[in-house]
Amino acid sequence: MLARRAASFTKRSIKADSKRSGLRLAVSMLDLTTLEGADSPELVRALCRRAIAPCPVPPLNPPIPSVAAVCIYPRLVPIVREALAGSSVRVASVATGFPSGQAPLAMRLQDTQAAIEAGADEIDMVISRGAFLAGRCDEVADEVRAVQDVCGDAHLKIILETGELETPDNIRRCADLVIEAASRDRDLGDGQVFVKTSTGKMSPAATMPSVLLLLESVRDHFNATGVRIGVKPAGGIRKAKAALHLLVMVRETVGQDWLTPSLFRIGASSLLDDLVRQLLWTSRGHYAAMHDVAVT
Amino acid sequence: MTQTEGAVAAAGWDYSPAPERTRPDIESEYGLFIDGEFRKSRSGKVFDTINPATGERLARIAQADEADVDAAMAAARSAGPKWARMKGRERGKYLFRLARRIQECSRELAVLETMDGGKPIKESRDVDLPLVAQHFFYHAGWADKLQWAFAGRPVRPRGVCGQIIPWNFPLLMAAWKLAPALACGNTVVLKPAETTPLTALHLARLMQEIDLPPGVVNIVTGFGETGRLVATHSAVRKVAFTGSTGVGRTLMQETAGREIPLTLELGGKSPNIVFADAAIDQAIEGVVGGIWFNQGHVCCAGSRLFVEESILETFVSALRDRMKQLRVGDPLDKNTDIGAINSEGQLERIRSLVRTGQEEGAILHDVQAEPLPKKGCWFPPCFFTGVQPSHTVAREEIFGPVLSVMSFRTPEEAIRRANATPYGLAAGIWTDKGSKIFEIASRMDAGIVWCNSYNQFDAAAPFGGVKESGFGREGGLHGLRAYVR
Repeated sequence: MLARRAASFTKRSIKADSKRSGLRLAVSMLDLTTLEGADSPELVRALCRRAIAPCPVPPLNPPIPSVAAVCIYPRLVPIVREALAGSSVRVASVATGFPSGQAPLAMRLQDTQAAIEAGADEIDMVISRGAFLAGRCDEVADEVRAVQDVCGDAHLKIILETGELETPDNIRRCADLVIEAASRDRDLGDGQVFVKTSTGKMSPAATMPSVLLLLESVRDHFNATGVRIGVKPAGGIRKAKAALHLLVMVRETVGQDWLTPSLFRIGASSLLDDLVRQLLWTSRGHYAAMHDVAVT
Repeated sequence: MTQTEGAVAAAGWDYSPAPERTRPDIESEYGLFIDGEFRKSRSGKVFDTINPATGERLARIAQADEADVDAAMAAARSAGPKWARMKGRERGKYLFRLARRIQECSRELAVLETMDGGKPIKESRDVDLPLVAQHFFYHAGWADKLQWAFAGRPVRPRGVCGQIIPWNFPLLMAAWKLAPALACGNTVVLKPAETTPLTALHLARLMQEIDLPPGVVNIVTGFGETGRLVATHSAVRKVAFTGSTGVGRTLMQETAGREIPLTLELGGKSPNIVFADAAIDQAIEGVVGGIWFNQGHVCCAGSRLFVEESILETFVSALRDRMKQLRVGDPLDKNTDIGAINSEGQLERIRSLVRTGQEEGAILHDVQAEPLPKKGCWFPPCFFTGVQPSHTVAREEIFGPVLSVMSFRTPEEAIRRANATPYGLAAGIWTDKGSKIFEIASRMDAGIVWCNSYNQFDAAAPFGGVKESGFGREGGLHGLRAYVR
């Protein structure tokens, strides 16, 4: 039934105005990401330019909105900080021994500390999947709380790596676990903590059922406490259509309240190209060439 | 909290209307399909078929009475011997050809089904039509393998079959009835429901296109009296009926004393049992699909919900939230979840039963936010809590989008309450514990038990009930049995 429900969101027909505003919304929710060993300062600067103004020529009125954040490795935070200065786009850094989380906790916290000191607004942490799968749930809860302490006011996104957790039961239990850990004895603001599906370094990543499980966990937490946790699918989302399907799922699972970048993000690198192409199509009636939109 | 620029006025992101644009070619008047051609009724009488979503007339339909039924029976009888003698693989070819033609025309047929019956296009497109084609494909495969279907026993067709089908899945029920009858070498006189005759008549057109021999399938349209004439005709050698228990009972009386095998697929008041150890969100989906699929016009609808007491409150609140997401409206809109009620008569019946439910003290939960369309037949999805097993809404088949929620404490109590009904069509069990599934499933008085799922249909799976839900099976090997001797 999980798969069937998840698939039902892809059956909604998103056309005309609904498509236009949906695409813009998706752009504004993007965490434009690059997490490659070969990332260079120059490449990252180009990415930041796109994050602020996703379409180089502004043929659309109103112009296509900026994305929500640029997501990079900690070492690149200072460069991104500078490139995004004066814009609304936030600096997000992966940390805690991304992507495997297999480093000692002290090093993972240090990693986080460095990203915060360099000016990251948001931290995307990984959990110890091994500990969770071995049943050492306290260990996972403790590390979430330790990272939270280091983060201070910076927002925290907790990556479950759903592909490694494998079963719906595991994904749901793990989401409940980290949300509970992050909110225990703390006065969380809406969107201060996110649950995130994947690192993007393995497949399967943000499948529709896995995102649905996170949304359901977040919805139940809201019903119990009144606190809104954010959700971020990441990994393998490349097409505008997939992004619209996600928005439908958010709308019908947690409601309109979550349709804002402060509560829902999409982590992706190439998705922006397709979103911009589709948006240009809605105004021009024909598709833009790839070299017209992808200028990083 | 910093908001990203361009946070859009997201508060109102909604779907734009997405009406299906395919328009089937609907004639202003349809005749009876007898001996391979459409002809007027002898009396010249016609009746209207209405689009329940708009109240507008779609077409005039010929009304068959005795002379017409006689003609149809004569055609079926004279076509019989040749059709029965034909090699199974040749008969199979006709069925394969028909199945392919249905697939080719599936969009038009889906739209037609939606216009004539009120069901959302999403369902006719994604559920009804694929299953219709599957039934013909599946039975086409059996046509030349009957000697293996009934090993050690040479089988022969029964002869002329009288088949009467309901209005909730008009084309699908026609397929369920026609495909096995034809595969086994029988000829047929089919009587569609008076509110939804169009897709069966369009299916007849496809039969003409594939050169199905005249007389093998005859379609007589009309009301209950036409159906009675079909079932009681002296030429008939087999009667199959899907519809209400009341009519089924009458048919049994009418055919009693004659050597005419009968299959009856009748009403239901099927239980969905949710244990506290179930995957709740999945169970919610099953309950939603169980009762609100096809506006609740489903004989196996899970119309009684039993929830373990410890999770009753949570479950009801989750169900209410989920119900809010259902979109009621234009059945031709691809985003519609719940379409129009099939007819004025049915709407009145639903209204009156819901009124009785309230008068008897059950609490109605109805959260429909959007106003219902002004014209046409509409009823919002809803459910009752505070229902006692003795309440009318817990006992009578409503055949509408109305669910009755009750609770239980122990598995024994669940079994007892679920079985406390004259019906026995389907049951749903929701628990993550395998041993519980086996135990409860084996003790349900029901023809079909779905575990951690609901409304799963397949041409290879037998479907049918026990107790007052009827007897005989349709689909699979079991379904063939009724059409051979």
